[in-house]
Amino acid sequence: MNIIVCIKQVPNTTDVRIDPVTNTLIREGVESVINPFDAYAIEEAVRLKERCGGKVTVLTMGPPQAENALREALSLGCDEAVLVSDRKFAGSDTWATSYTLAAAIRKIGDFDLVLCGKQASDGDTAQVGPGISAHLDIPQVTYVKKVVEISAELAKVERMTEEGYDVVETPLPCLLTVVKEINTPRMPSMKGLMRAKSAKPLKWTADDIEAEPAALGLDGSPTRVVKIFTPEQRKGGEMLRGDTADVSRELVELLKDIVI
Amino acid sequence: MASITILLDKCTGCTLCVKACPFGAIHMAGKKAVIDMAKCTLCGACAAACRFSAIELKKDGGPKKDLSGYKDVWVFCEQKGGAIQSISFELLGEGRKLADKLGVKLCAVILGAGLEEKMDELSHRGADRIYLVDHPALKNYQDDPYTEVLVKLAEEYKPEVILCGATTIGRSLVSRVAIKIGAGLTADCTQLDIDAAERLLLQTRPAFGGNIMATIITPNHRPQMATVRHKVMKEAAIDKNHRAEVISKTYPEEVFKSRTRLLDIVAEIGETVNLSEADIIVSGGRGMGGKEGFALLGELTKALGGAVGAARSAVDADWIPYSHQVGQTGKTVCPKLYIACGISGQIQHLIGMQSSKVIVAINKDPDAPIFKIATYGIVGDVFDIVPALTKEFGRILKK
Repeated sequence: MNIIVCIKQVPNTTDVRIDPVTNTLIREGVESVINPFDAYAIEEAVRLKERCGGKVTVLTMGPPQAENALREALSLGCDEAVLVSDRKFAGSDTWATSYTLAAAIRKIGDFDLVLCGKQASDGDTAQVGPGISAHLDIPQVTYVKKVVEISAELAKVERMTEEGYDVVETPLPCLLTVVKEINTPRMPSMKGLMRAKSAKPLKWTADDIEAEPAALGLDGSPTRVVKIFTPEQRKGGEMLRGDTADVSRELVELLKDIVI
Repeated sequence: MASITILLDKCTGCTLCVKACPFGAIHMAGKKAVIDMAKCTLCGACAAACRFSAIELKKDGGPKKDLSGYKDVWVFCEQKGGAIQSISFELLGEGRKLADKLGVKLCAVILGAGLEEKMDELSHRGADRIYLVDHPALKNYQDDPYTEVLVKLAEEYKPEVILCGATTIGRSLVSRVAIKIGAGLTADCTQLDIDAAERLLLQTRPAFGGNIMATIITPNHRPQMATVRHKVMKEAAIDKNHRAEVISKTYPEEVFKSRTRLLDIVAEIGETVNLSEADIIVSGGRGMGGKEGFALLGELTKALGGAVGAARSAVDADWIPYSHQVGQTGKTVCPKLYIACGISGQIQHLIGMQSSKVIVAINKDPDAPIFKIATYGIVGDVFDIVPALTKEFGRILKK
């Protein structure tokens, strides 16, 4: 089974602090990490490989330093890595991003499964996974929490919904986006770390993936940011003091209009 | 190819762009802004922040298209088991305002099986027109037939705007549709408006991790598509006299084909309501100590008629299933009331709940970060306070 995992390098939110004066994010010293949801996609790909044989290729689109994320994925058990990087990709919205990744997947070629995290923690759109499958015209199942069965032709998976889950059967090749519940990612092995250190990820440009220039980056993106602003910061309000009976009564009184 | 340039004659050295750049790609040199192209992603945040039009973001988007053939505001109305979901009514409420500003019709689009009798319910929420596609294959959501049908409808009737809930179904569906019809799509909007002169949908959403809001437009593509978060927009009022025109569409069988097969639908949450639709959420973290602590929250939730939420630490400790998790790796919620019990308030949790209308925090640590954003805070023992609240709320709600 040949599996492609798409990942994104994002700022580590545990490092994020807010400048108390300007109310903006302090970005200095914020390290980049693999998007948390993509870690589950990597783990699932490696587990499926261990179960069914085959290989896992990890793919990312980003600036040259995104290579670090690929190395980390290699240390976790991925076999090959591809970085698509080009100034022409700058300004990509989800349409152009999914177009670019789909073109790279076509170039990788022979695949049975594409795995993505359900969304990235910086953009939070959940649009790129389904976008890739639409560009490739393959079936998709989003929000997958369990791969129940898998063969060369078919996969049976559980898709998380607001109320519970659906059991869905899909032919391969297909694209799955996964949620946190699907597994617990492993730590890198010593062997993996050594291999990742010496590995040389493939680096592809827009020309390499034979992409249509007009469909790339800002030019290929239908949406555009026109305004940004800092939302009003929520301020801490009132502290209620007193013994349990007093504060409970006071709080219930304050919330009366909301709960009735 | 697209490019970005600082117009030196207009740059005043005010440093607004330096603060706005999410990627730390701008610095000042000799009182003028300089962009480090190795870091710049052309996201446009700086150009949007500049008050002096000193940053020129050039886009080679091809010739301006004729967009005049596109009209009307569409709301994709989600149904599950034949029941129209409340997010649809919220979108019809918001869609009405947008349609009025554009001077066009508000249309509801609904796909399903055996929905004829639901048309009045949609009519009463103010739609001028309903597009109904009723077919056994559309009974439950499946990506392929839903995508095909929505693409066909959009290509035939050319809506100017399509709104959809930012739900599991909505996000999966319209992401595919937007690619197929070459439309712009903005995720998880919390505010919508219209630029009437340019007929643009102004789509505002939290961006770059939620601490900045961005307004996004789709200048040269139609339809302009957006998903909208639960509970942010107000539901359309019910008007039993309102009548919508119903257009019932049929398509050849192959349109309804699905490559995937839905084998089973399993309801898990049982008696508690869906977290994203709940008006009241009682949430617990590490401070709840274990499953017994969550049982206390269950009782309070029951008294209030809400849903139980959880911080990641409680889910990781197996005190409660992942479907209840609120925060960055869980759900984003926006209820009228969020009661955080024994939750310290890590940034990852705050991202998922800080837009709740009223936040109550109960924690024994007076320095817990959650108090910085709570409308009402109580420093104390959750094991005393939660049962006392259950009793108090029970008393006033019985009346």
